[in-house]
Amino acid sequence: MARVAPLPATAEGRPYLELLGVAKHFGGVQALDDVSLAVVRGSVHALVGENGAGKSTLGRIVAGALAGDGGTVVLDGEPVAFRSPREALEHGVAAIAQEPFVVPQLTVAENVFLGREPRSGIVLRRRRLEREYARLTAAAGFELPARLSAGRLRTAEQQKVEILRALSRDARLIVMDEPTAALSGQETEQLHGIVRSLVAAGTTVILISHFLREVLELADTVTVLRDGRVVRTAPAAAETEASLVEAMLGRPLTSTFPAKQPVEADAPIVLSVRGLRAPGVEDASFDLRAGEVLGIAGLVGAGRTELARALYGAAPVEGGTVVLGAGVAAGRSPRESLDRGLAMIPESRKDHGLIFGRSSIENTTLSHLRALSSLGVVRRGTERKAARGVLQRCDVRGAQFAAPVRALSGGNQQKVLFARTLLRTPRVLIADEPTRGVDVGAKRAIYDILVGLAAEGLAVVVISSELEEVLGLSHRVLVMRRGRIVAELTGEAMTEGRVLAAAFA
Amino acid sequence: MNVHAEDAGFEGWRRQVTYARLRGAGILIPFLILFTVLSLTSSSFATKTNLLNILDQQSATLIIAAAGTLVLVAGGIDLSVGATYSFAGVVSAHFAQRTNPVPAILLGIGAGLLVGLANGIVTTRFRINSLITTLAMSFIVSGCASLVTKGNLLVLFDKPGFGKFARTEFLTVKTSIWLAVAAVLVIGWLLAATTAGRYMYAAGGNAEAARLAGVRVHAVRTLTFVLSGGAAGLAGVIDTSRVLSAQAEAGDTALAFTVLAGIVVGGTSILGGEGAVWRTVVGVLFIALIGNGYILLGLDPLYEQITMGVILLAAVGLDALSRRGT
Repeated sequence: MARVAPLPATAEGRPYLELLGVAKHFGGVQALDDVSLAVVRGSVHALVGENGAGKSTLGRIVAGALAGDGGTVVLDGEPVAFRSPREALEHGVAAIAQEPFVVPQLTVAENVFLGREPRSGIVLRRRRLEREYARLTAAAGFELPARLSAGRLRTAEQQKVEILRALSRDARLIVMDEPTAALSGQETEQLHGIVRSLVAAGTTVILISHFLREVLELADTVTVLRDGRVVRTAPAAAETEASLVEAMLGRPLTSTFPAKQPVEADAPIVLSVRGLRAPGVEDASFDLRAGEVLGIAGLVGAGRTELARALYGAAPVEGGTVVLGAGVAAGRSPRESLDRGLAMIPESRKDHGLIFGRSSIENTTLSHLRALSSLGVVRRGTERKAARGVLQRCDVRGAQFAAPVRALSGGNQQKVLFARTLLRTPRVLIADEPTRGVDVGAKRAIYDILVGLAAEGLAVVVISSELEEVLGLSHRVLVMRRGRIVAELTGEAMTEGRVLAAAFA
Repeated sequence: MNVHAEDAGFEGWRRQVTYARLRGAGILIPFLILFTVLSLTSSSFATKTNLLNILDQQSATLIIAAAGTLVLVAGGIDLSVGATYSFAGVVSAHFAQRTNPVPAILLGIGAGLLVGLANGIVTTRFRINSLITTLAMSFIVSGCASLVTKGNLLVLFDKPGFGKFARTEFLTVKTSIWLAVAAVLVIGWLLAATTAGRYMYAAGGNAEAARLAGVRVHAVRTLTFVLSGGAAGLAGVIDTSRVLSAQAEAGDTALAFTVLAGIVVGGTSILGGEGAVWRTVVGVLFIALIGNGYILLGLDPLYEQITMGVILLAAVGLDALSRRGT
């Protein structure tokens, strides 16, 4: 529970870390804009915000993994501008990432002292290393066998290695980015204990977390970020989960969405999932009717993409059943899924969607070439005509259809993916982050395509990190957290607050 | 989130097009220049005998390189073609000594197809990098070839029937050349016009995207290795028929690298997803012209290899330059 913010022990009220007008942009996107905040020595300072609000960017700038474009970082009264994590470490600033970095072949102790092993000349002093390790764990207040090889540790224990490493370098400020995202409940408790004892010993912690309950439990101060700007900084004692959610959203639902068409009550079920288990997905069950748009919300890493990939046959299924329509089993490979009427638009068009060096036409027809060829020979004329039709229907603009697809803007690239799907209309379409990195105009065009497809009787699954989008498009919303479907919301219950409450719980 | 980075659009696109043109014509222009220079400086260059001679000598390389282009386009690499070429040669020679030419020819080509199939299955099914797979396979296949010959040179001077396969003249041109032309045309057509060819570009351009689009990437890559092995087999049989002898060490690793050099000089990217068979043909012939030029002009052959290396680097450098635009 939130303690009263402790008074700085040494430096007469001066904050240990101060950010003054820090800014950062990626390309044309302003990730951070004029961010100023002060972190009190020996406290836990949490950063919260929606996906893309700029929390991690801020954390990386503090830890030297990224350079800011503007503003000043003042550490213990000294303006600093770290050019690398190494330099930050020399100033006592360490970062602990969600995915810990260890060398699996080395032992725990070797990992902790990696790069600064006690040695004489070129000879490693193993005994001294283990002595120093023992001293360190005693100070940190937790145990971890020194001689175990680090590759055999679980994620939570590997994080402990990182924490020990930070302590061994005398870190006085530790930035933790989603430290508990990959941990079980018990491991999370352990980590919280460690954080508390670190802080009690005078270390300052910046905690970036999606889990609001955790933030309220651990932090002394909370800063809410939205769209790269500070909404407010307040003592954790003055906040509630509800007040944080409101601050994170801070915008009214705009009506940028086409009107939803009602689903007919007797519409057939075209996708039925029971007890589905797959990597990153646990026990998912739901039905989907023709003409329905089902939204899947949740935080990044909650298992949404993993669920989509398992349904599409792109990832192995470990258990449970997926049935398409009447008695048609789901495919076990993308090819089979496509043949049985299930299509997916993947999360990343660059990595998983498009062949960047090939033309819009070729990218569009890639999934359906067999229908456009005779005896294995592509019928160019037929192909071009068919592709042109759907590309125009999807309103792809910007370059000739015969030009490489990399010449197109992000929005138009995304439309090419839709064109591919529509060349032979599926019965179920899963769209994973259909508007990521797409400008406003193209967004509306993509929404129109999705809603239009549903009106034609297609069942659509929309996965999105933009809550507004999920709520604006869907008839029904499933919320995922840590691989499970934790809430199903319909009608009046479909509010941002309800979704966030379920996603962050 | 890099909306604007992707939107940087038109300027970048124009730059790419310029590079693409540069590379597209790139190999053809030096080839034509070299051809013209050699025609002007050596009276014996632009003669029918010399040119047909070059083609006859290059028939094996052309066939292997044409099929190797498909392997590269689909995102793989085949270093076993030299060993496969020798293996197919000695297999056909072995059987030519004992049976009729026709089964000997078919068995030789079949041996190549089998090696290709093994390459394909090992790289795709067991997910081993094709560079390693085919390197290992080249040792295995070389060993097999030595087992067949028991270390001897297999001679077929008493089997003129076998020699007819590559040495029959048809319209004053040898069948070795006709076979090479036919193979190159078929392979080029396969890549340019068929669904399989399309899938090869997709598999090499972005394997995961291709898989998610429903392309059977493993099957497509396996097909390219089978074709490459078959082409090496055919080439081995043709050369055995041309010279009426075969030995296990005939086409060692040097052939695999000559073939690769031809493909890359032609402008096919070793990173996959781009390339064309006609480019490879020009690339292989370009390298052949350099060798021919050194002989005809009486230049110090010591410099030939240096020239080759510089040209190869220039070709790869151009490829890297064109990719930086992305």
